[in-house]
Amino acid sequence: MKHVSKEISGSPNWLVTRFDHLINWARANSLWPMPFGTACCAIEFMATAASRYDFARFGMERQAFSPRQADVLICAGRLPFKLAPVIRRVYDQMPQPKWVISMGACASTGGIFDNYAMVQGIDTVVPVDVYVPGCPPRPEGLLYGVLMLHKKIKGESLALPALRDEQPLDAKGLRMPPDEIDEISEPFGNSVHQFRSS
Amino acid sequence: MNPSVDALRTTFGDAIGRAEAARDGETIAFVRPDRLTDVMRWLRDTPGQAYDYLVDVTAVEYRDRERALEVVYFLRSLERHADLRVKVELDPRGELAVDSVTPLWAGANWLEREVYDMFGVTFRGHPDLRRILMWETYAEGYPLRKDFPLRGRFSRAEQVRQALNANPEAHYSLEELSIAEAFDEVPAEMRERLRRGERGKLPFDE
Repeated sequence: MKHVSKEISGSPNWLVTRFDHLINWARANSLWPMPFGTACCAIEFMATAASRYDFARFGMERQAFSPRQADVLICAGRLPFKLAPVIRRVYDQMPQPKWVISMGACASTGGIFDNYAMVQGIDTVVPVDVYVPGCPPRPEGLLYGVLMLHKKIKGESLALPALRDEQPLDAKGLRMPPDEIDEISEPFGNSVHQFRSS
Repeated sequence: MNPSVDALRTTFGDAIGRAEAARDGETIAFVRPDRLTDVMRWLRDTPGQAYDYLVDVTAVEYRDRERALEVVYFLRSLERHADLRVKVELDPRGELAVDSVTPLWAGANWLEREVYDMFGVTFRGHPDLRRILMWETYAEGYPLRKDFPLRGRFSRAEQVRQALNANPEAHYSLEELSIAEAFDEVPAEMRERLRRGERGKLPFDE
């Protein structure tokens, strides 16, 4: 016994680190995604999860199909107004800490669907951390977004608890002032030239 | 030209309007709206016709405002391998209403709801005429009508507000889940939960 304890005392089995660093390292490398796949982006999302790209390599081993066990909500695809209260409820059910990735042009801006049925960017409904452009983005694109999210998480600090405050909807049932939503939703690019019939 | 058209003419006379060939070779027969149910029942039940399958119901509105809005019925006879399209013309400036064919083909239920949702056509005698694609409190009108603006009538902020305030569980009724018909077969505990209205309301509870 004496011999063993001597060996332990002489080995480097302890270390000193910043608490933030340790926590963020753990959080960033065990992100459990909650897939919210509504369109073709979800196909690329599945490819990202499958063996060739395999986002389990980045700690996303387990896809949480229950929002209560998820860390990052990945909205993969267009979001119609009819689904807006659904994604909001999924987001509300996720425990802190939580993050959101908006995957693809439609989730981020409404994409080519500048019409009566489509939310013009899911950031009018839930707060978004990383936007992944593309139509749909390749798996490399999504992985790059995930790595950006890692970077973002590693920059957070427990000394700023407000970062992890819940942001409930306001009295009107919106998450931002109406004129801001209108501004975000304004047509851009080609849809500027779309004319309204009437 | 599908021989059913001549048979229709001899049976219903002037209730059958013009008939034409569609671009894909199918025959389109125009029917007066007030005789639609009779014509459809005849097409379904007459042995030589036997159009037993209603493939689709849809509607067409043309940019030309003088032109009628058409409700289109795609009929198929599974035993005779024959197709027929039936159209009913409605005046878009008047009341958009036509008799429901749901009593003839149960499958018309959702198809007619979709036409109602998108075009605002009322189907008289439909058992459950509610919106099906848009949510039930949708207040902007009928999206596929020509006078409907592409981006909707309300501002984006108002659209987001109304969407977020909608109850996502209000869309599904027990009829839609087909539970009502199998009600006596579901487990007692589930029946009890349904009775309490845990999800929707039973149609025969009132």
